[in-house]
Amino acid sequence: MTAPSQQKLKVQGAAVITANRLSDGAVVYRTAAGAWTTQLADAAVVTGTQAAKELLARAAADENIAVGAYVAPVDVGADRIEPGNLRERIRVAGPTFSLPACIAG
Amino acid sequence: MYIYDDFDLTLVAERVAEFRDQVARRLSGELNEEEFKPLRLMNGVYLQLHAYMLRVAIPYGTLSSKQLRALAHIGRRYDRNYGHFTTRQNIQFNWIKLSDLPDVMADLAEAGLHGMQTSGNCVRNVTTDQWAGVAPDEIEDPRVWAEILRQHSTLHPEFSYLPRKFKIALTAAATDRAAVRVHDIGLRLHKNGTGETGFEVMVGGGLGRTPFIGKTIKPFLPKRDFLSYIEAILRVYNQYGRRDNIYKARIKILVHELGAEKFAAEVEAEWRNIKDGALALDPAFVADIAARFRYPDYKALSDNPIELKRARAADPKFEGWFRNSVTPHRTPGYAIVTLSLKPEGAPPGDATSEQMDAIADLADRYSFGEIRVGHEQNLALPHVAQRNLPALWEALDAVGVATPNVNLVSDIIACPGLDYCSLANARAIPVAQELSRRFKSLDTQREIGRLHINISGCINACGHHHIGHIGILGVEKNGQEFYQITLGGRADENAELGALLGPAVPYAEVAEAIEDVVAAYVELRERPNELFVDTVKRVGIEPFKERVYATR
Ligand code: SF4
Repeated sequence: MTAPSQQKLKVQGAAVITANRLSDGAVVYRTAAGAWTTQLADAAVVTGTQAAKELLARAAADENIAVGAYVAPVDVGADRIEPGNLRERIRVAGPTFSLPACIAG
Repeated sequence: MYIYDDFDLTLVAERVAEFRDQVARRLSGELNEEEFKPLRLMNGVYLQLHAYMLRVAIPYGTLSSKQLRALAHIGRRYDRNYGHFTTRQNIQFNWIKLSDLPDVMADLAEAGLHGMQTSGNCVRNVTTDQWAGVAPDEIEDPRVWAEILRQHSTLHPEFSYLPRKFKIALTAAATDRAAVRVHDIGLRLHKNGTGETGFEVMVGGGLGRTPFIGKTIKPFLPKRDFLSYIEAILRVYNQYGRRDNIYKARIKILVHELGAEKFAAEVEAEWRNIKDGALALDPAFVADIAARFRYPDYKALSDNPIELKRARAADPKFEGWFRNSVTPHRTPGYAIVTLSLKPEGAPPGDATSEQMDAIADLADRYSFGEIRVGHEQNLALPHVAQRNLPALWEALDAVGVATPNVNLVSDIIACPGLDYCSLANARAIPVAQELSRRFKSLDTQREIGRLHINISGCINACGHHHIGHIGILGVEKNGQEFYQITLGGRADENAELGALLGPAVPYAEVAEAIEDVVAAYVELRERPNELFVDTVKRVGIEPFKERVYATR
């Protein structure tokens, strides 16, 4: 139940910094250039607690663009980055069922 | 319907202007997130997994057709064409942009709607029986009292920063449809030995991490003392409630730690100081509020008209729906109709903008323009002439809200869970969808009989799993979704918390485990109409445990 942003930071493996865009709440990721992107593929990937902490500190200071920044696990494949857990998969892809508007047409 | 006066309309309009300014200042960076968050929460705006969520209050579950159309419009114009009715007589929009919110609130305000008292540590939207004012088993309309509380608590400076959120529910009927025993304060209107009407006052009920059934601290409170006594409870809570630990901050912990008797004594002491002051209720004031609830001009009709008899005899589908979804009304010739928002395989409590518009039109045509919202995440049309039931049924069926599964096993209550909620451990909606598919046969559902399944995606218990006949709670184990199952809970006048069945089961097995529980019940019950909860009470949970875990 503890939201990721409130958890003690211990990062094993690859991670990205994610947040919600202030103006519309959209899921965004921190890029290496210090900007935000809605594409996980363009996110800066870090490994280990120290690197994650540094990237998080810079991202969290940018809260007028994106709020609630936290470290999210990712799986890095040969040619793509995948969300590292179900919560993050849902944040990328939306709810795991069709929205009602689609059912009722 | 309750008719708002200029004071309310001005208050809501002022709040919109204030919020517009606050949003502009946040977007420009003048306010930081820490400053802004409490302001948005005071207006029902949360940040969830993918977007902002706006929660709109539906005071005592009563909506006009104009208001329902306003909600449909919000869904269509600013969201993804639907809304989600919650377990507390609210509606949530899940995909709202912060930059649109001032306009959303302005549009809502035009219909007298807002998000105040839907979040934050204040007295939340007061809830009551969704059949208030029309149920044959009630002694008077409890909404009058809910409205008095609403007026008193809205923006009440002393109660805007309570130790934690505060939920009050009221009932005036023999059957408790408002789950009053699991609220911070539960109020039951009843008559004492001399025939006077007053309130049984219960405190310290609640679900979440530490569930409790409320304790009665005042068996009979006269009406004149309604506000002063509740104020005394809130003052004692405000003074002694734990602000140092969010998990211990609700009034239920205080009542539990002090003991109900000591807590009641504290309330009495506080109450003595204020009971004869400004809060003593003048009957003329109560009468004035009551007069603002307008009841329809019912026609002189008789029960069981020929149109109804014919349709029931001619069409088994209509008959099935009638027996399931239509309930007696206090006025002869009328009926209360429940609209199921739980069609097979759909997320519980969701309605599209088209459905909301269609229901608003049908309310105008058949229910004097009025709609009700219940904590079971269904809607109701409260004033339908029985002779119109066949035509109404066809129209409801055409928009997908006539599934005759009310109170049956597929009428599942579920919170948004991990598909939306940032606090969730596990998904709730897909579990509900899977169960509703497995139990889709109406014959099977009818044979099983009344059975409430409640699902929460985390210990906060928004899906009220502790008081489901079968409760399902999502937990996380090593990054995987697991579900704890509880049996024997109930939300009515005999409220009880369910007992844990055994170890949590993984996502892939939860629907099957529930099927096992239901199959065991059907074998174990003494007679076809022995309720699931009664069977559990009689035989205990062991036989269910054996059935579920024998093969796992
Ligand atoms: S019970 Fe938990 S997961 Fe469900 S809506 Fe409440 S906080 Fe979210």
